[in-house]
Amino acid sequence: MIIRGDEPEQVALLKKLYKPGNYFMQGNEALSYGALFAGCRFYAGYPITPSSEIAETMARELPKLGGYYLQMEDEIGSIAAMVGASWTGFKVMTATSGPGFSLMQENLGYAAMTETPLVLVDVQRSGPSTGQATKGAQGDFFQARWGTHGDHPIIAVSPTSGQDAFWEVIRAFNIAEKLRNPVVFLFDGVLAHTREQIRIPNVEEVEIAYRKLPANEEEARLPFGDPHGDGVPPMPLFGHGYFTHVTGSTHKENGLRDVYTPEVHDRLVRRLHRKIEQNRHIYEKYEEHFTEDAEILVVSWGVTARPALGAVLKAREEGIKAGLFVPKTVHPFPGERMRELGKNVRAVLVAEMNLGQMIIEVERYLNDDVLLRGVNRIGGVPLTVGKILREIRGVA
Amino acid sequence: MAKEIYSTYPMIKYLRKEALPTALCPGCGGGTVLNAFANAVDGLKIDPKDLVVVSGIGCSAWIASPYFLADTLHTTHGRAIAFATGVKVGLPDKKVVVISGDGDLASIGGNHLLHAARRNIDITVILVNNMIYGMTGGQVAPTTPFGAKTTTSPYRNIEHPLQISETVAAAGASYVARWTTAHVYQLIESIKKALQVKGFSLVEVVSQCPVQFGRRNRMKEPAEMLRWFLKNSVPINKAKKMKPEELEGKFVIGEFVNRERPEFVTELNKLIDEVQEHFGLKGE
Ligand SMILES: Cc1ncc(C[n+]2csc(CCOP(=O)(O)OP(=O)(O)O)c2C)c(N)n1
Ligand code: SF4
Repeated sequence: MIIRGDEPEQVALLKKLYKPGNYFMQGNEALSYGALFAGCRFYAGYPITPSSEIAETMARELPKLGGYYLQMEDEIGSIAAMVGASWTGFKVMTATSGPGFSLMQENLGYAAMTETPLVLVDVQRSGPSTGQATKGAQGDFFQARWGTHGDHPIIAVSPTSGQDAFWEVIRAFNIAEKLRNPVVFLFDGVLAHTREQIRIPNVEEVEIAYRKLPANEEEARLPFGDPHGDGVPPMPLFGHGYFTHVTGSTHKENGLRDVYTPEVHDRLVRRLHRKIEQNRHIYEKYEEHFTEDAEILVVSWGVTARPALGAVLKAREEGIKAGLFVPKTVHPFPGERMRELGKNVRAVLVAEMNLGQMIIEVERYLNDDVLLRGVNRIGGVPLTVGKILREIRGVA
Repeated sequence: MAKEIYSTYPMIKYLRKEALPTALCPGCGGGTVLNAFANAVDGLKIDPKDLVVVSGIGCSAWIASPYFLADTLHTTHGRAIAFATGVKVGLPDKKVVVISGDGDLASIGGNHLLHAARRNIDITVILVNNMIYGMTGGQVAPTTPFGAKTTTSPYRNIEHPLQISETVAAAGASYVARWTTAHVYQLIESIKKALQVKGFSLVEVVSQCPVQFGRRNRMKEPAEMLRWFLKNSVPINKAKKMKPEELEGKFVIGEFVNRERPEFVTELNKLIDEVQEHFGLKGE
């Protein structure tokens, strides 16, 4: 059984095709190259603004690496094809935006239930519905978390620049592989279309992870067991004679459906949660700036974290003790760290391009004596340093 | 041969024993389809290790999954063909088979069915057309005959049924055949052909659901439904000479197309070869 993407010939191809150095490119392109470096060799998608350049880059580059680009008939088919391909040993990715993400939800739940590694990039755009199709937003924070039905955990990663997208998408693949779980990548229309200097690294600088494969026949016969106690079952790939049965219905450790026994459902769904909870070290990530002595804490994520940092720097110049906390893995939320930071500050400002989504998570970890305020803007124009700075001054 | 199929059951070796007995109602056509599929696999001496069977949601989706002992992927309602597309790209040397219902594959999944046929991807689809939504309790389907009664067309169905085989043939499939569960030998032969065709193949099986369809349409015994199929089946060559009005309510059976067209995964791999050649990346 092999997970494709790290064979010596693949490494040689990457080296030959993508010379290390600085390039001027869009966030969407940077993200695509990150995916290629991470070992993604199967992409199925359906075009939608502002994500389409990811499909275009993958369609152009994947064949050079012997990889597969499929343009499916819709988003539902795209994520379905990804799940099928993942069970044959591919690292797989799709990219979409708001309405397409909504269409993918049922099969995202399927991927969670069947523990299928995949990376789903959502280039957030302004909504609801078709909204401002070409404009960026950060309105899918909760769609990523609660978009599907039932109780299942999810991991979502969100980068703060094009360069960051290159590295963070690699991290998203690694998390998906290590935890045998779908990972949502919350990008946004602003970063997706911003052209910046992007450094393409040496292949050797990139660390890549692979899913656990069964060590023996016994492990292969329990595709949903937990032989190692880490909640992550080894994944017997299709085509190797193990007669693996995969279903989105409640199943026993051997894969066979049992929707009648309460204990079976309880055991399965609780393990899915435990798998995510007990492996926090694999995915938890956040950035902090000037938090040691901060009295006013700005919390921000994705595209908005950049003007937020600018505002915090300016506030410091003015003598205001401001700090910045940026969750990079936004689900599960880094709540423990948020709680600690919240103990020492007077005010918390949550800056985001929506009418207040991450702020709801933040609030759960703050005491009542902390002043909490949202800095929100919708309409497709990103928040500015000036606007956030004014809000910081307002609570200083 | 009849004795071989019906008196003993050598095909049991192809079934996942721990999943038996099946959840299908007594007299359901699903059993006949499972039997025919196992016989086709046996007749072609296909090693089940070289098979991946994918299904959607519905009674018919259960025929091969979990009962058939192969790698099986039981997916979401309507999406089996799209999942199978990913599997086929990853495992081009395996036989990828989709077995599911008419509601699953032609209603909610109609888009995937048409586009898989258009792409001509090498997947065999066995579509069980029982003219009803069986699993959810007998609601009207896009295949329900005009005038038939169902739980959601309690007075009579005023919609026209979709002719699946004709539609899929027009969309570009390499092989399309339709039989009923009263034509078991022809069905086995067609499944065998479909499994050997390099390209998209569809075998539509008109099948009895005595419980949800028959009961409400004065055919509560499975045998009554089979007699209805036999009486109203028209071989395709004869049908070609008949007027549309004469074919109303009839089951046109036989092979609709059997042709060679470039196959999707082969073309995809050819394209990759060309691109790698063009950029001087071959043999890296
Ligand atoms: C998205 C979605 N919608 C609806 C259902 C409910 N549902 C389950 S099976 C089924 C119909 C199955 O009909 P068919 O494919 O004809 O199979 P049969 O049971 O008749 O063999 C429906 C509507 C579902 N599971 N998922
Ligand atoms: S409800 Fe109909 S289709 Fe479903 S198992 Fe029973 S007879 Fe078969």
